[in-house]
Amino acid sequence: MTVDGAEQWGRLMAAAQSGDGAAYQRLLREVLPYIRAIVRRRHAAPDRVEDIVQDVLLTIHRVRHTYDPARPFAAWLGAIAHRRSIDALRRKVRNDAYETFSPIAYETYADPAANREIAAHEDSAYLGEAIAALPPGQRQAVELLKLKELSLAEAAAESGQSVGALKVSLHRAIRALQRIIGAKETE
Amino acid sequence: MDTCEQLILHLAGGLQPVKRLRSPVVRALLWLGVVGFLGTALVLAFHRVPALMERARDPKFALELVGTLATGILAVVAAFELSLPDRSLKWVLLPAPSLALWLCSSGYSCWRHLIASDPGQIDPAETTLCLAWIVGFGVPLAISLFLVLRRSHPIDPVPAAVMAGLGVASIAAFLLQFFHPYDVTFIDLGLHLAAVAIVIILARAAAYPALD
Repeated sequence: MTVDGAEQWGRLMAAAQSGDGAAYQRLLREVLPYIRAIVRRRHAAPDRVEDIVQDVLLTIHRVRHTYDPARPFAAWLGAIAHRRSIDALRRKVRNDAYETFSPIAYETYADPAANREIAAHEDSAYLGEAIAALPPGQRQAVELLKLKELSLAEAAAESGQSVGALKVSLHRAIRALQRIIGAKETE
Repeated sequence: MDTCEQLILHLAGGLQPVKRLRSPVVRALLWLGVVGFLGTALVLAFHRVPALMERARDPKFALELVGTLATGILAVVAAFELSLPDRSLKWVLLPAPSLALWLCSSGYSCWRHLIASDPGQIDPAETTLCLAWIVGFGVPLAISLFLVLRRSHPIDPVPAAVMAGLGVASIAAFLLQFFHPYDVTFIDLGLHLAAVAIVIILARAAAYPALD
């Protein structure tokens, strides 16, 4: 973007404020690469970039009355593009924190045998109940070594049990869970 | 045709002329003028000017008054500036010197009061009334200021809302001085600051619903 180009954008926006649709159309087309460049600094996915660019265009339209032709247009436009880019980033971080991607959530099949994976997920609540029913020492061994995936040394330090006692507890817990789950499958 | 091009054609197709916003300083002064008029009417109606003038002979109290009023005015100006897209966040510093003056002069008055008087003179009901005054005046003032600020559709409403909250709370605290029968104590100052903080927190909470 050249200085002349930025001044030209300012003149086009001033004309747009007066209702000149052709000037507005030309301005929005000319600023698209500038907006995309700003958005791409924070976002890589092409679809996301295009969504944010459109959000910037809508914001420009909504706040076009706030542009003062005596001030640089590029700074005004740049601030809007930066802001919308940051807003989109915050939304993404927020969504990522609350959502879990599960590929099987989108899949199901006519053949019941093909849905075993989904059924396994449905069984997780049952498994949770089975773990909760274990004696305290065995339950702690499963939670530390299998659910939290700690090493034997870390689990021993956290639980206060010896490594040997933890191994025994885990072995007994797994045998007990196999019995419980096996009994459910035969029902 | 890609979606950006479709959007551009749509936006430019039905374009209507828009009325450009006035300079933020002018808009701030207009709002302050209306509030100043109403505040003056209130003070005159209750004949509170002579009592305040008497107390304002003390230069330290006069400094406190100037600091409070200047914080209100400058924070409102900063709110109008920050409601525009291309204004620097540094505008939040505009009321900082006057806020420092207000706090330092009030703190000094509290210190003098603490030495000169016994704590039994402090009336808890009176001090609680101060808090209610600042919040009670601050909230309606904030609503009226938000109504004006929302014309800018701030793209980042939080700094503008916080400055608006500080501005209206400071103006309410300035008006309070006309009805405050004695110099502030530490309890007063604490309650005044708590009231200012409450108004700012409310303004911050209302930023997105009211200004976005």
